Amino acid sequence: MEKDMERDNIICDLEEQLKKVITRNDVAQIKALYLGKDGIVTKLSSKMKEIPNEEKKEFGKFLNEIKNEVVEKIEKINKEIEERELNEKLAGDSIDITLPGRKIKRGSLHPMTRIEEQFEDLFVSMGYTVYDGPEIESDENCFQKLNIPKGHPARDAQDTFYLKDEFENFLLRSQTSTAQARAMEENKEKGPIRIVCPGKVYRRDEDATHSHQFMQIEGLVIDENISMADLKGTLELFCKHILGEKTEVRFRPSFFPFTEPSVEVDVTCFKCGGKGCSLCKQTGWIEVLGAGMVHPNVLEMGGYDSKKYQAFAFGTGMDRFAMFKYAIPDIRTIYANDLRFLEEFDRKDVE
Amino acid sequence: MLLSRKFVSDYIDLDKDLTIERIANDMTSVGNEYADCGKLIKASNLVVGEVVECVDIPDTHLHSCKVNVGEKVLDIVCGAPNVRTGLKVIVALVGAKLPGGEIKETVIRGYKSCGMLCSMAELGLDNKFLETRDKEGIHEFPSDVEVGSDPIKVLGLDDEIIDFELTSNRGDLLSVLGMAYELGAIYKKDVKDIDLSYKEIKDDIKKEFKLDIKTDNCSLFLAKKVKNVKIKESPDFIKERLIASGIRPINNVVDISNFVMLETGQPIHFYDANRLGDTLVVRQATNDEKLTTLDNIERTLSVDDIVIANKTDAVGLAGVMGGLSTEVENDTKDILIETAIFDSTSIRKTSKKILRSEASNRFEKGLDPKRTYMAINRCCNLLEKYADGEVLSGIVEYSNIKIEDKKIILPFDKINKVLGIEIDKKTIIDILKSLKFEVKDMDSQLEVIVPSRRLDISIPEDLIEEVGRIYGMDKIKGKFPKLDVVVGKYNKTKRAIKHKLCDMGLNETVSYTLISNSDVHKFTNDEFESIMLNDPMSEDRNTLRYSLLPSLVDIYKFNKSHGINDVSIFEVGKGFYKEKDNYKEDLKLGILLSGIYLEDIPSVKSDFYTLKGIIEELLDYLGYVNRYSFVVDKNIPKEFHPNQSATIILQGKPIGIMGKIHPSVSKDDIYLAEINLDKLLCNIGSRMIYKDIPKYPSINKDVAFVVKKEITSEEIKKEIKKSCGKLLNNIKIFDIYEGDKLNSDEKSIAFTLEFLDLTKTLTEEEVMTIFNKMIDDVSKKLNCKVRDK
Repeated sequence: MEKDMERDNIICDLEEQLKKVITRNDVAQIKALYLGKDGIVTKLSSKMKEIPNEEKKEFGKFLNEIKNEVVEKIEKINKEIEERELNEKLAGDSIDITLPGRKIKRGSLHPMTRIEEQFEDLFVSMGYTVYDGPEIESDENCFQKLNIPKGHPARDAQDTFYLKDEFENFLLRSQTSTAQARAMEENKEKGPIRIVCPGKVYRRDEDATHSHQFMQIEGLVIDENISMADLKGTLELFCKHILGEKTEVRFRPSFFPFTEPSVEVDVTCFKCGGKGCSLCKQTGWIEVLGAGMVHPNVLEMGGYDSKKYQAFAFGTGMDRFAMFKYAIPDIRTIYANDLRFLEEFDRKDVE
Repeated sequence: MLLSRKFVSDYIDLDKDLTIERIANDMTSVGNEYADCGKLIKASNLVVGEVVECVDIPDTHLHSCKVNVGEKVLDIVCGAPNVRTGLKVIVALVGAKLPGGEIKETVIRGYKSCGMLCSMAELGLDNKFLETRDKEGIHEFPSDVEVGSDPIKVLGLDDEIIDFELTSNRGDLLSVLGMAYELGAIYKKDVKDIDLSYKEIKDDIKKEFKLDIKTDNCSLFLAKKVKNVKIKESPDFIKERLIASGIRPINNVVDISNFVMLETGQPIHFYDANRLGDTLVVRQATNDEKLTTLDNIERTLSVDDIVIANKTDAVGLAGVMGGLSTEVENDTKDILIETAIFDSTSIRKTSKKILRSEASNRFEKGLDPKRTYMAINRCCNLLEKYADGEVLSGIVEYSNIKIEDKKIILPFDKINKVLGIEIDKKTIIDILKSLKFEVKDMDSQLEVIVPSRRLDISIPEDLIEEVGRIYGMDKIKGKFPKLDVVVGKYNKTKRAIKHKLCDMGLNETVSYTLISNSDVHKFTNDEFESIMLNDPMSEDRNTLRYSLLPSLVDIYKFNKSHGINDVSIFEVGKGFYKEKDNYKEDLKLGILLSGIYLEDIPSVKSDFYTLKGIIEELLDYLGYVNRYSFVVDKNIPKEFHPNQSATIILQGKPIGIMGKIHPSVSKDDIYLAEINLDKLLCNIGSRMIYKDIPKYPSINKDVAFVVKKEITSEEIKKEIKKSCGKLLNNIKIFDIYEGDKLNSDEKSIAFTLEFLDLTKTLTEEEVMTIFNKMIDDVSKKLNCKVRDK
């Protein structure tokens, strides 16, 4: 009983004193007062030697209890102060989180690059190789080997830039179909070919829908059993992939000197979905590609046996797809390089 | 090509309930696209009326009229000078839609007006078709026209037209007959024969007339003579069909030549035989030869043009337009008819140079010789009928052309193999027969006789196209080609370069290859022959660019003019030049930086080191770490700042150039770089392979050297590396100082050197030995001192 009272007194006193502390230094002083060399608890434990042996065990237990309780109380208050001080410090660290984030500059890829890559990715996934032909071409590759001899009226549709002193000899390619002639020429085994050739082409023509420089992509597949149906399936897949799953594809007979039969390929208008609007001139359809079965003359001129091989080819203006996909009204915008325009293409395309 | 429904209906029966839109769409689906279709006269709600009272409205040119339109009498105010009582007129009723707008009931100067009295122009008829009297006022009907009837019908303009945009291979469709065959194939109808009958008088043309063909560019030439024609107005059906086809009626004789051209597709020329003389020569023109054509314009010809001449002068530009001197005029009595075939390429060249005409358009596409004969006989037929002409017997004829229908063997299985569908034999034969081809079934193949009018058909594939387009190309069901699995390839590096630069905050541009010749040698000191165009659109775009930098600087200027000063752009494109008669094109990368690069607070502007950092980052990314350097080049192009520019060297070879723009080119702080990607990418990037991660700690030592300003950091680095040897693992610059504490010609560069031994833990002593020796070496070598020591 006497011991219990003694302990209670000590703890009560301690608690009283701890209530008044402000700093950790105050706590340290109290700690010394109890647990220091001449501290209250220390003094108490020095009484041990006066305790009879049979009570020593019990006294030791009593001492431990009191010591633990004192340490615990002091530590607790220490922790509280520490926490308070930290909070005070953090309060001083506050920042204006509404200030703008540090910009890691974000660039942009040109819409034509974006379209080109989408086309390439699709065709590469179907086993096509991207073929990169020169932009300066011979009249032979651009026209003659595509069944457009000199004087052919089809040349009128493509008012060509010939190089100086090279009339009807060397030119800036007016169509990526030149890749057909080149790819066949370069394939020495005269075996199957599966290529797409995207690139710049040039024609003497300029208005809101025509630029003297624009981009086309040509596709060519040569194999033994290639048919118009294969062409249609391929172009359906292509148009749906680029313009959306709901896109329908229509074949219309047409004429190109290097394909026979030839078709023009219409897709359902992406603006109105086929109902008819100003963009599709109320027809619901928009012409996007020219295509057909490669003319036997073209195969033969490329060194291929037209009795053994059949081939399809298709070509389209990539600018048109870019204009459709990104709703660009004037082709000249594409080549003006106004930064306000370019910066609109600064993020990932939506899948 | 404008097709009149009435005209084509002369040769084929088209069901009345087939709308013109339907016909146009059906033609499109077999490959004949149209631009427009509809009624020839689009005005509606019109009626023939009679003016029963006409009172002048005081102080105006207007008249208040009472007009009987059959059911009732309307009050109509009319301003035409020729309106008068008793006149039969075209009345647009209230609600009528005219090209000028809708007619509404209105009050003019206090007079009620319930309609409009119309001129021909107000109906939408092109000015070129108007007769003089129709230009001056409202149209006047003859008095026998019935009140209340449809004026469009009375005028014979109740026609419908389709404006076709034909493909260049279908010259045969530049004729109403050709159109009739095409429609016949679609609607399974027969085409009626054309009336070619006429009587011949005894006189023989051959006795009166000589022909001399002196050029290879004329393969067929026919001439017939018709005497004593009477020039007058054409019968209505001819005028109507010409107007619907877009051709202005002139007189019966001239109209017949145009009418027959429209019917058959064969251009025709009528000469006043008496003005012409007794000889026709077909020859190449001489250089600078002059000829005044029908349109009264003097043309200067060259040896490439074909002319028709009499004994003395050229009287016509073959295939393009006749000459003024032998024109059919009101007093013409005798006519020489010419139908011919000239070389299409030659005509194309001439017409491109001089003038495109209805005739040249047809010659260029090629003509069927059978039609050449048909047309001349048709002219005789019509001249006899409608101009009271007497046709001389005989024909003056030159022919150097094979006239035959083509026989093509079409393997049956090939049709479906090419089209990729299954069409049965009967359907195929029916389609070919509907085109009026003769077909013989020879089991596994078909023998097809193609009429000579179809110049576009010569091989089996052409026939397959015919089958496909009449069957319906769109009926082909798409499938996927059965092909071997192969790996598709593309240029990943080109793509990586673009993406990396985009990731570093640059905007990609695509600019024009064609630039001004005055810019082509700018921003480069390379010696090359530039490539110009034969026939440029403008001086600004007459040369193929060699460097991308002139384009990028233009883009900068363009954006600056729009108030955009912060420009960080790049472009990947080709540069062109001529080398030893060969045309070359190199893939290049151009970069331009100016203004704010990082939108931080404060913002960070681009400088030389921003650009250099971007290039280093790109080259490192591509695998060229430690293989390139930037060197001072005294021979920097004059458009660059002489002391803030460098040549970029990879593996000892220059691959590009970079630096600040010369202030004489632009006062703005513009930084430019160009790298020849072909030269860069012929070096293979270093392999990405695992290196041991160091097991032992490294020791860092800092040192700052005070050197003369002209000494580069690279030179100091080089000396440090040389002295330290292998244990120097890394070296970084962490401070540069120029200022008060140093002499004005000095700078201090501080380095952190990282020492590392992969095989053991380095001791401080070992490092200090190397470090101190390095300080001695560098100090001596570069004649510099260590700062703060």
